[in-house]
Amino acid sequence: MGGEVIVITSGKGGVGKTTAVANLGTGLAMLGRKVVLVDADIGLRNLDIVMGLENRIVYDIVNVVEGRCKLRQALIRDKRFDNLFLLPAAQSRDKDAVTPEQMKALCQELTRDSDYVLIDCPAGIERGFKNAVAGADRAVIVTTPDVSSVRDADRIVGLLEASEIDSPQLLINRVKPSMVRRGDMLDIGDVMDILAIELIGIVPDDEDIVVSTNRGEPAVLDARSRAGQAFRNIARRLDGEEVPFMSLNESGGFWSRLKRLVNIGR
Amino acid sequence: MFEFWSRLWGRQGAGCSKDVAKERLRTVLVHDRASVAPQVFEKLKIDLIRAASRYMDVDESRTQVKLHRQDSAVALVANMPVLRLKHYTEQNNKAARRGDGRPGKAQGRPAPRH
Ligand SMILES: Nc1ncnc2c1ncn2[C@@H]1O[C@H](COP(=O)(O)OP(=O)(O)OP(=O)(O)O)[C@@H](O)[C@H]1O
Ligand SMILES: [Mg+2]
Repeated sequence: MGGEVIVITSGKGGVGKTTAVANLGTGLAMLGRKVVLVDADIGLRNLDIVMGLENRIVYDIVNVVEGRCKLRQALIRDKRFDNLFLLPAAQSRDKDAVTPEQMKALCQELTRDSDYVLIDCPAGIERGFKNAVAGADRAVIVTTPDVSSVRDADRIVGLLEASEIDSPQLLINRVKPSMVRRGDMLDIGDVMDILAIELIGIVPDDEDIVVSTNRGEPAVLDARSRAGQAFRNIARRLDGEEVPFMSLNESGGFWSRLKRLVNIGR
Repeated sequence: MFEFWSRLWGRQGAGCSKDVAKERLRTVLVHDRASVAPQVFEKLKIDLIRAASRYMDVDESRTQVKLHRQDSAVALVANMPVLRLKHYTEQNNKAARRGDGRPGKAQGRPAPRH
């Protein structure tokens, strides 16, 4: 079929890579695409629990590359979508249990029978990062609007260029509209100005993410969740659709605020 | 009126913390990018010497190119000792545009015929 391999990466840890992979993967599956999620965070397996699939694991990625099982046997089918699969990370192994060449071969095999392969990259820029990006055609860089995360994202842009993954796209996660309004959080324009790469989407900081992660049900499944809506939009953009960026302002954006002020003035 | 705008825009512009964050990031990223690619400065040095040599003889061995931090700004500082300035004539100028720096004498690639 010849699908695409997209790595979700960040540099800094804890900014929302695993959350993004779970939600975007589920979002693409909701669009009818055949998707495989690969947890490349070997030693710190997490994607399984975020997806609610932790009880179904038999084999993992290291078992596959070591030839202990067939790739097909290690893939776990999602509870909700039969066109969505997870290849779990090994929990008791090191990052160097897989080589970049093995990763490349694995990705190639996976794309033969799927539309998208999403790779959950570990934090950092060492071995694990190099493995995770080895087989990727595209990259999405996740950042939060804080100085250290943006700084690390810039480093990743440089490293991806060196690995010949051009034009990575940026996902800005955990934006707090009230802080942006006060001028106490970098806004989308500031971050875009500094990093100068294409924006794929903005996700608000949302308690629904915590609740949905507790339950092992990605927020994209919740029609009322704002973060879920943001991830649904990003999934459609990944799939090549043009979707307008949503306003993060819960009170209705600039114009309604202007109108409100004018009304008060009258 | 001022209150109207400040209510509309929040505290923005009045030295709010995100402006500080943005300026600090801008500066630190110049240094970060420079430190992971020091060869950029070697290449830039060669380009600068080539450009200057059209107009003057410079001491290549003592030329230095580096970044200099000044408060919140970063400056590119090139220190290039000048040995001799060339005579500025029309002919000289043509040579400068041709890029070989030596009027009438071809260097490397054959000079274009006029
Ligand atoms: N938009 C959001 N709103 C609220 N909480 C969020 C949001 N995105 C992520 N989180 C929370 O932030 C934490 C870190 O998220 P996640 O595990 O996805 O990050 P990560 O980049 O994969 O981390 P690591 O680098 O350790 O792999 C989690 O507790 C998650 O629930
Ligand atoms: Mg993670």
